[in-house]
Amino acid sequence: MEKFDVIVVGGGLAGLAAAYTLAQEDLEVLVLERGDYSGAKNVTGGRLYLNPVRDLFPDLWKKAPLERFIAHEEVAMMAEKRSVTIRYSGEELRQEPYQSYSVLRAKFDRWLAKQAERKGAMLVAKSRVDEVIIENGQVVGVRAGGDELHADVVIACDGALSLVAEQAGLRQPGNPHDFAVGFKEIIELDPAVIEDRFGLEGNEGAARLYMGEVTRGKFGGGFLYTNKESLSLGIVVGIKDLMDGSPQVQAPQLLDDLKQRPEVASLIRGGQTVEYSAHVIPEGGLKALTKLYGNGILVAGDAAGFSMNIGVTVRGMEYALASGYYAAQAVLKAREAGQYTANQLSVYELLLKDSFVMKDFQNFKDAPTALDNPRFFTVYPEMVTTMMSELYAVDDGPKERIYPTIKKHLTIREMWDMLGDFRKVRKL
Amino acid sequence: MSEILGLKAKLGLDVFKHDSEPHIRIKAGMEKDPRLKKAVLVCPAGLYSLNDAGEVEFTIDGCLECGTCRLACGTEVLDWNYPTGGAGVQFRFG
Ligand SMILES: Cc1cc2nc3c(=O)[nH]c(=O)nc-3n(C[C@H](O)[C@H](O)[C@H](O)COP(=O)(O)OP(=O)(O)OC[C@H]3O[C@@H](n4cnc5c(N)ncnc54)[C@H](O)[C@@H]3O)c2cc1C
Ligand code: SF4
Repeated sequence: MEKFDVIVVGGGLAGLAAAYTLAQEDLEVLVLERGDYSGAKNVTGGRLYLNPVRDLFPDLWKKAPLERFIAHEEVAMMAEKRSVTIRYSGEELRQEPYQSYSVLRAKFDRWLAKQAERKGAMLVAKSRVDEVIIENGQVVGVRAGGDELHADVVIACDGALSLVAEQAGLRQPGNPHDFAVGFKEIIELDPAVIEDRFGLEGNEGAARLYMGEVTRGKFGGGFLYTNKESLSLGIVVGIKDLMDGSPQVQAPQLLDDLKQRPEVASLIRGGQTVEYSAHVIPEGGLKALTKLYGNGILVAGDAAGFSMNIGVTVRGMEYALASGYYAAQAVLKAREAGQYTANQLSVYELLLKDSFVMKDFQNFKDAPTALDNPRFFTVYPEMVTTMMSELYAVDDGPKERIYPTIKKHLTIREMWDMLGDFRKVRKL
Repeated sequence: MSEILGLKAKLGLDVFKHDSEPHIRIKAGMEKDPRLKKAVLVCPAGLYSLNDAGEVEFTIDGCLECGTCRLACGTEVLDWNYPTGGAGVQFRFG
């Protein structure tokens, strides 16, 4: 029977961050990954913010296969027949160290796996963990493809559904209300065309979020990120809202419709779709986090629920990297103490509470309820774009004055409702 | 093309590796369970459909392993696992 210091289930960002950190301290770490390679099963939007995690892995970033640094932030409010797009470009976004990058996970995770291996971690791909082995209430290893593998501690980094944490009794299958599904296409385009269409210099990139009609009033939005030689175009939508069906729409239709919007069609024209992918996203916030530790086991990344949707942007990658890192730190402390009980491993939660991870989850604990408001996805985009349409209109006859045009849309009743909506948002 | 591809064509762009058995199954006796109908709306690969008899039909080919149907229908209705190691979809971009 083989015994390791640590077994990490799942070679995604959380798992690889943990393995990298532990191998660096000369622990014997085994990472089991069910895909053909790290990243083979992983999907993101995606944009990675480096600042929160830069110092946790100081040597890592120089050669990382990142796509474009995001220099232009855009949001498009989409009504049925019109849209308003805001583009923000700031000098600070063009200055090194750059704040955020677009990424493709199959490339990035594969590279990160190499870095962890270089530090001495052992990575076995094409290996699905079937269950954790529990002896006297303590997790002592895993079963994978008929093999029994033992370790002092297991770190479950197996992503949003975390069947491993579920089986270890640390979480329930999950409530559709606390999850979204994201699906996207990778559309290849010549880099020069991308730069022209999005107004980019060199390796600059743009992030564009679409809110409103694109999800038919359901919680979520559309996203478009520029990569080096492709675009990531997709939809994120709350699973509960999709299930409830008013209006009824099949998920894939949302993306096809987005692609046909004139605002989007002109950006992807001539591009070649080369991949279609999908993944669930935990977004229940603080109250939906799972138990983070048990006897002989820790949970990190999406597996623990560390993903957040604040309005139209999803953040999970930094939390996955950081929680993997802190899980590793907790293991190092447990090793010093010579025991791996839940009590000892609870230091993981303290480390997280001291870090941006739990602070963000605490600060944004009201985000899921404040934003779960169909008015943000229907009424406001419709109102803003209609107002614009009238402000810009020059019909025959005299043009209506500007103030009455605005006032027509902002009745007392409407202002009152808005006040209520934004009061909740003020807590964010 | 970035034009609208049918779902089949879209899924045809992905790399799939064969598994010895389907990793998702409708549990016996659950074929008519109302919870199953939700899968028709939520599956991004469109693998669940309603037939003329009003029953839900399911095919595993093209499964993106996203997990949405497990959350929407629940584990009483679906026997849901990931494919065996090395099988199933293998994203090249992600
Ligand atoms: C469409 C979409 C858009 C998103 N956009 C963004 C964004 O722009 N920015 C951002 O920060 N976040 C974004 N997110 C969230 C982000 O992608 C996740 O939070 C992040 O991938 C979580 O990383 P992880 O390592 O915890 O989990 P994962 O990346 O899911 O890794 C889990 C790993 O475990 C493996 N595994 C699972 N079960 C087993 C098993 N039994 N045995 C062996 N291996 C197993 C899997 O193959 C996988 O490699 C987005 C997500 C989606 C789906
Ligand atoms: S896991 Fe996702 S792609 Fe596969 S059947 Fe379920 S919903 Fe469809």
